[in-house]
Amino acid sequence: MLELKNICYAVDTDSVQKEILNGINLTVNDRFTAITGPNGGGKSTLAKIIAGIITPTSGQILLDGEDITGLSITERAQRGISFAFQQPVRFKGITVKDLISLARGKDTSVSEACRYLSEVGLCAKDYIDREINASLSGGELKRIEIASIIARGTQLSIFDEPEAGIDLWSFNNLIKVFEEMHAKLGGSLIIISHQERLLNIADRIVVVADGRIKAAGNKDDILPELLGVGATCRALSDKL
Amino acid sequence: MNKYELDLLKIIADIDGTPSGAYNIRANGGLAGRSTTDNIDIVTKTDLPGIDIKIKPHTVGETVHIPVVVSESGLTDTVYNDFYIGEGADVTIMAGCGIHNCGDGRSEHSGIHTFYVGKGARVRYIERHYGEGDGNGENVMNPTTVVIMDEGSHMEMETAQIKGVDSTVRKTTAKLAADASIVIHEKIMTHGKQVAKTDFTVDLNGNGSRANVVSRSVAKGESEQVFYSNVNGNSRCYGHTECDAIIMENGRVAAIPQVSANNIEASLVHEAAIGKIAGEQLIKLMTLGLTEKEAEEQIVNGFLK
Repeated sequence: MLELKNICYAVDTDSVQKEILNGINLTVNDRFTAITGPNGGGKSTLAKIIAGIITPTSGQILLDGEDITGLSITERAQRGISFAFQQPVRFKGITVKDLISLARGKDTSVSEACRYLSEVGLCAKDYIDREINASLSGGELKRIEIASIIARGTQLSIFDEPEAGIDLWSFNNLIKVFEEMHAKLGGSLIIISHQERLLNIADRIVVVADGRIKAAGNKDDILPELLGVGATCRALSDKL
Repeated sequence: MNKYELDLLKIIADIDGTPSGAYNIRANGGLAGRSTTDNIDIVTKTDLPGIDIKIKPHTVGETVHIPVVVSESGLTDTVYNDFYIGEGADVTIMAGCGIHNCGDGRSEHSGIHTFYVGKGARVRYIERHYGEGDGNGENVMNPTTVVIMDEGSHMEMETAQIKGVDSTVRKTTAKLAADASIVIHEKIMTHGKQVAKTDFTVDLNGNGSRANVVSRSVAKGESEQVFYSNVNGNSRCYGHTECDAIIMENGRVAAIPQVSANNIEASLVHEAAIGKIAGEQLIKLMTLGLTEKEAEEQIVNGFLK
């Protein structure tokens, strides 16, 4: 279980304090939590604070009751937090096999890699020796990023806008990937997303805007309000 | 050969015991073993120190090992090796130099390798340089490679300076006839107070000739590297040169790529990028549970793989 207690984060821009997050209180114990809200509302910052990439100005983060606020990225990763980047990082010389091996903490064979890569619609044979560099498309990188998180299989996996940079065809498969993860994965998922179809499969939706939690609840309560329309105007809501 | 020399052989040439195929092992300036095959002859030069390696036309799939090891401190060894690769041959040549210097003297090896690559022949040339030692003596290696390529020939050159070479000046020149192509991959890692200079000159003389010169290097500690490359397009040709370097601690790298088009049909590209390891790369690997130091090692090892 993850608990965020009164998380605040502010940055100095031209000697003016700008508040990015302002008193976030959130407990995550559902299998699948979706965080949504407008751009610039603080969602990605919140995810990075959980992973330890950003240190909050104040507040406390607890993982299964342990205060992890002062722990490094590495220590949090070792305690079972995984983080999928919105824009996956490229590496010259590091192959897909290397990345999956590092994610699992042990060497990986083609058939083992196949388990993870096939989940995201990639054939291990075609990809295992590819370098994670500019020769891969944005969509391929994104899928490999997701596969590396599946390979870790930790108790808490955070995905920062997994749909960003993925084409429509791949997006349909991505929904399936998360549906399956939801069904199979032992731990909890936190997904930052703008996509209604991803929000739809979440157990709980949290709306973050202007650095605060504006609403939290199940999809039937949150989605209609979020889309600003009733269930009668499905056609319009699909276009939003 | 002593234990140090056998260890060096393993590092620079993957040789454990006696290699298969043709070989010539040079230890401390003298011959330590030689073997020839029906297609590959190795002859000691009479005018200069060194050997001639003669590969018959259409020799396919054979390998030549010509490692050099130096374990005497204070030894200066210069050697001239000429390779004659016959028309249509397809061979792998593995050279390398390992120095174990446990004294206070300067150990130096300069290898001048000249390749005459016959029509349509294909050569894979692998060269590794490595130094070690617990004394204060310097390990110096100055390899020179000259490549003369006949029509339609192809050469792949992989050169690596793995570790422990205090000073190196590496000079490579290649002249390509029509439809010949060369791919050069250089990998260098320097640490401590090491200095490495590399200098490539490629003349694309024949129509349809192609060159790709790629250098990847890591400069750690107080070390310093300079990369020069000069690709001359003298025909309808394509040339590409690239220097990609990671600097760490107080390491310094200068990249000076030059491309000269002397023919309207020449197409030449150069790229150079130098910088420290990107912070996001470290963060990504740390989110997989690696410490910052482990992440750094993975990134450097991958980069130089």
